[in-house]
Amino acid sequence: MKKIIFISLVFGCTAMKSLAQQDSTDLLSQLERTSKKGTDYTIATFKSTRLITGHSVENIGKGVLDVRILHRFAPFNTGIYNFFGLDQASMRMGFDYGITNNLMIGIGHSTWQKTYDAYFKIKILRQSTGEVNMPVTLSFVSAMATRTELARKDTFNITWNNELPRRIHTSFADKTSFTEQLIIGRKFSERFSMQIMPTFIFHHDRIDSINFYTKNRDNLIYGQKRKNTFAIGVGGRFKVSRRVSVNAEYYYQLPDTKPNRKFNSVSLGVDIETGGHVFQIHLTNSNGMSEKSLISDTDDKWKDGYIRIGFNISRVFNVGKHK
Amino acid sequence: MKKRSLLLIIPFLILPFIFISAQKVYTKNGAVSFFSTSTLENIAASNNQVMSVLNITTGDLQFSVLIKSFHFKKSLMETHFNENYLESDKYPKAIFKGKISNLPAVNFTADGNYSVEVSGDLTIHGVTNKVTTPGTITVKAGIVSAKADFKITLADYKISIPGIVKDNIAKVIDIKVSCVYDQKL
Repeated sequence: MKKIIFISLVFGCTAMKSLAQQDSTDLLSQLERTSKKGTDYTIATFKSTRLITGHSVENIGKGVLDVRILHRFAPFNTGIYNFFGLDQASMRMGFDYGITNNLMIGIGHSTWQKTYDAYFKIKILRQSTGEVNMPVTLSFVSAMATRTELARKDTFNITWNNELPRRIHTSFADKTSFTEQLIIGRKFSERFSMQIMPTFIFHHDRIDSINFYTKNRDNLIYGQKRKNTFAIGVGGRFKVSRRVSVNAEYYYQLPDTKPNRKFNSVSLGVDIETGGHVFQIHLTNSNGMSEKSLISDTDDKWKDGYIRIGFNISRVFNVGKHK
Repeated sequence: MKKRSLLLIIPFLILPFIFISAQKVYTKNGAVSFFSTSTLENIAASNNQVMSVLNITTGDLQFSVLIKSFHFKKSLMETHFNENYLESDKYPKAIFKGKISNLPAVNFTADGNYSVEVSGDLTIHGVTNKVTTPGTITVKAGIVSAKADFKITLADYKISIPGIVKDNIAKVIDIKVSCVYDQKL
């Protein structure tokens, strides 16, 4: 009898000791298991709000002002006389602002066609795991671009098709185009992200001068409205290191909707990120930097050596009130 | 005779479970915040969803801190913190497993402030280091709360800072911990 009590006492004590030791380790994992899993939102699908020239699924945060200065140089094949294109630059200066974490607006001005543009981007779905399982991030971009460049005087003196070129009167609406874009993006792994961008461009603008479409002379009719363009973009990034990634972006315009003598935009780039700066350097065949110019107004082909060097500089400032 | 002896054993078998389990307190919303002070920039972030367990009988103390729950004033900083510095996809949690080394100094049944020393293993960014820090245990109306301030060196946890921002981020980071253990187990 005494023996049994003694044995059970020893057992009790050892059980107590072992429980005291091991239980607290288990307890933490037990707590984690019983507590709500929560939703784990994917962050940093891309480093910047632009993949190269076009939009990425990323938004800037609430109260953040992003000042962006973009340059595209002249084509590389202009040779050493033109310092491989670096003697001429086309630029866009823009300001982006985050109204909420999911809604941003932006304005900009480009050298090319003296274009003013404005847009908003809204994040509709966020890629996440956990309680809410969402495989993709979905964003919507709506942009408008208005060109304000006047026809150069000398263009009036050229005749072709037995018709004297003339400048027709165009209103603000006749110079404006609208771009509606859906962006479906997914961060497949820490390093690799991809996105698809179905895009519709409403060309409201009329052709008012040959200056804008020098390469399309044979197809140019004054006062004509351009056909609307439907394009599908594909883009991706691969992170080389924690702060450097390689990006690619391609917009395919459906053949029926592609403007004459315009080409599809192909860009390759590198993102370098340090603190509040993102520096993007790239090779592209596009000159325009507003959404509409990029997708439907690319005049040159890579194949012919019309490759431009370009770079984007982005600097963010926190201007919203701190909580 | 046999039956009686069996009945006698039962309390000894059950007792440890009851006794032990009554001695643990925990919280799911403890607070951890950190501060980096440098000549160019001050950086601060806080996390109010920290899980912590304190075993009153043994002095075992543990923390589980979800990295993504740290929030910054500047949203881009939060992104960089997760993506470039702490790599929260690879290392989602910081864990501390330690012990109060002078447990007899604390009387959990009487109200008051007690100075304690805590030592244990702190794992951040997949790297584990020994940490020892003074702290305070406060008992008020039967509820235990704990506070501690300590410093960690980023290099110890293999958190590298690129040269271009080395003046913006301190090499040694101040950490503040504050938990109210209002749940019993």
